[in-house]
Amino acid sequence: MTTLRQSVQAQRRADRLDLVADVLVIGGGPAASWAALAATSEGARVVVVDKGYLGTSGATAPSNTGTWFVPPGAGREAEIERRQKLNGGLAIPRWVDRTLHRAWQGLHALAEWGYKFPNDDSGKPYLTNLRGPDYMAFMRRRVLRAGVAILDHHPALELLSESGVIAGAAGVDRQHNRPWRVRAGAVVLASGGCAFGERMLGATGLTGDGYLMAAEAGATLSGMEFSAQYACTPKNTSLSKGVPFAWASYYREDGTRVDTANQERFAPVAKALLEGPVWGRFDKGTPELNGWLRQGQPNCFLPHDRAGIDPFTQKFEVMLRCEGTVRGVGGIKLVADDCSTGVPGLYAAGDAASRERVTGAITGGGGPNSSWAIASGNWAGTAAARYAAREGGNMAERNVVAMGRAGLRPAKIARPDVRAAEAVQTVRDEFLPIDHNFYRNETTLRKSLEKFDHAWCDVRDHLAGSGTDAVKTREAAALVASSRWAFASGLARAESRGMQRRVDLPATDPQFVCAFETTGLDHIEVKRCAIADTVPA
Amino acid sequence: MIEIVSASRCIECDICVRVCPANVFDPVRKQAPVIARQEDCQTCFMCEIYCPTDALYVAPCAEGPTGISEAEVEAAGFFGGYSRALGWNRGKPGGSENDPTQYIRTSPR
Repeated sequence: MTTLRQSVQAQRRADRLDLVADVLVIGGGPAASWAALAATSEGARVVVVDKGYLGTSGATAPSNTGTWFVPPGAGREAEIERRQKLNGGLAIPRWVDRTLHRAWQGLHALAEWGYKFPNDDSGKPYLTNLRGPDYMAFMRRRVLRAGVAILDHHPALELLSESGVIAGAAGVDRQHNRPWRVRAGAVVLASGGCAFGERMLGATGLTGDGYLMAAEAGATLSGMEFSAQYACTPKNTSLSKGVPFAWASYYREDGTRVDTANQERFAPVAKALLEGPVWGRFDKGTPELNGWLRQGQPNCFLPHDRAGIDPFTQKFEVMLRCEGTVRGVGGIKLVADDCSTGVPGLYAAGDAASRERVTGAITGGGGPNSSWAIASGNWAGTAAARYAAREGGNMAERNVVAMGRAGLRPAKIARPDVRAAEAVQTVRDEFLPIDHNFYRNETTLRKSLEKFDHAWCDVRDHLAGSGTDAVKTREAAALVASSRWAFASGLARAESRGMQRRVDLPATDPQFVCAFETTGLDHIEVKRCAIADTVPA
Repeated sequence: MIEIVSASRCIECDICVRVCPANVFDPVRKQAPVIARQEDCQTCFMCEIYCPTDALYVAPCAEGPTGISEAEVEAAGFFGGYSRALGWNRGKPGGSENDPTQYIRTSPR
C-alpha cells in the first residue's frame, strides 16, 4: 500500500496535490499534533496541513507555557472548586475534571517518550511546564515518526463536503503556488484561536480561519464575547508573555505608581493607558527570582537586552496587546465529549474550540489552554479516526463540493478596489483598542459592528483572491467574521463577567449564568442557551 | 521583525525558509535567502533558534523595521543570543531540562 508520504512525493511535480486520507488535521500547534498522534494510534492514515510549520506555528511554540497538571484526588476537587469561583460559574466541573485527567495522562506520556522535562527537587520530572520551542520540535518528530504526512505551508482555505458530510479540505501550497486537496473521512479543525490582527507572540496565522470554515459548514460558535483577554507587553514588541509582569510595578508619565493591588491585574494598567503612557519595571522580585526569570523566560528579556535596558532597575514603556480568543475563551461549540461539532465528520480541538466548559468566563492562558490542547486534541483525533473508519467508505470515489465563500468566491462582481489589507485594518482599528474591547460599552460595540458589517458586505460581495493571494483574502474574511461574532455576543451579554468588562453594565447579573451561541455569516444570530453538559461517550 | 540575514554567516541551508511560520523568506539559488515579506513577520524569534549558524537577527520591534545594521548586531554580540539563552545549539533543541520556571511558579507574587 502506498503511504501518504509516498503519494506526496509522487505528485511533487504535478500541477496540483490530490490526496486521500482517513483523517485530515488542520493546524500546526499542540492540539493538531496530539490529534494527529491520537488518530494514527487508531490506525488512521493522517494528513496534517498547516499554514506555517508544525513546530513553530501558533502561540505555543514561541512561548514557555505552564500546564494544568493536577493529580487525581482531593487536590483536583479543590482545584476545580477554586477555579469555579473565578470563572463566573460557567465551567462544567465534569469537563474540567476530564480535561485535567486526559492532560495528566498526556503529560506522563510525553515524559515517557523522552521529552526533556526538568526535574523537581525530589528528582521527578516537573510536568507543570512545557518550553514551547522544545515541546513543539519534539511533537513534530513524534508526529513524523508515527507516519503522518505533514504538509507545511499548506494553508487550508475551505472545507469540502458531500451531501452535508465533511469530506476533506482544499487550499494552496503557498511556497509553490499550487492548489492542494485532501479528501478525508473526517476533519479535525485545530487551527487555533483568533488574535484579531494583533501582533501578539505567535499570532500571524491566528486569524479565525477555522471559525469561518466551521460556520460555512453550519457549525455553531460559543463564548465569542470572551475575546477580551489582554497581556502587558514592552511597547511595540510581540512579547505578550505575562510571567515577569507578575513582579512588575507600573508608573505614569509623572512617575506616580499605578495601584494594581487587589484588582484584576491589568485593569488599572488599561485605565492608566487610556490617560497616557505607562512604564513598567520588574522591581518586585528577589535577586534569586530575577535570575530564574532571565534563565526561564529568555525571550521576555530580548526587548530589554537588545535595547540595552535593565528591566529590573530601569523603567520601560508598556502597552496592552489583545490576545483575542487565543488566550480568551470563545470558539467552535463542541456538542459531545468526543469534540464533535454537530456537523457530521467535523471535529474541533485546542483554541479553535470554545473552552467555556473548562475555563468559563476567564482566560485559559498558561496552564488550562495547554492542557486543553492535549486533552481535546486526543479526543478529537480518536473520534475522527473512528468516524472515518465507520462512515468514511471509499473517499477516492466521493464527489465533493467546495464550501468556501467570502474571500474566495465573491457573491457579486470582484472589485480590485476592495482589498484584504483594508478589511484587516478595520478589524485592527475597531477591535484592538482598550476602550473598544478591554472595556466595552453598547455604543462602541454597535458602532464597531456597523463597520464590521460594512466590511463583511464588501468582502463577501467583492473580495476575490486566487493562488497564494487567496490566503490573505480568506484571512481577511475570517477576521471580519470573527469580529462580528465576538462583538455581537458582547452586545448580547448585557452584563460584566470574567473578561467581558461592560463599563455601561458593570454588574454581574445572575440571570446570565448561561452561554451565548452565535450562528450565521450574513445574518448573525446570537442565542442565549443554558451551559449544557454533554453526554459522556 | 526579521531584519538581517547575514550572508557571511549563512550556509544556504534554507532551514529558515521552511520553518518560518509566517513564510517571510524566499530561497535564492546559491545565495542566502532573502527577506521577501518582512511585513508578515510575527517577531516570534523562531528562525533565530532554528538557524544552525546564528545568521539571523530579529529586532524586538513588531510594528516595523528599525534599520539596525549587520555590523551593529555583530558588534553587540546579538547573533545567536536567544539560542544560547535557551541552550539550543546549531539549530537543534536543547536545554529544556535546565528550565528553572518551576521556581518562578512557586515564588510568592
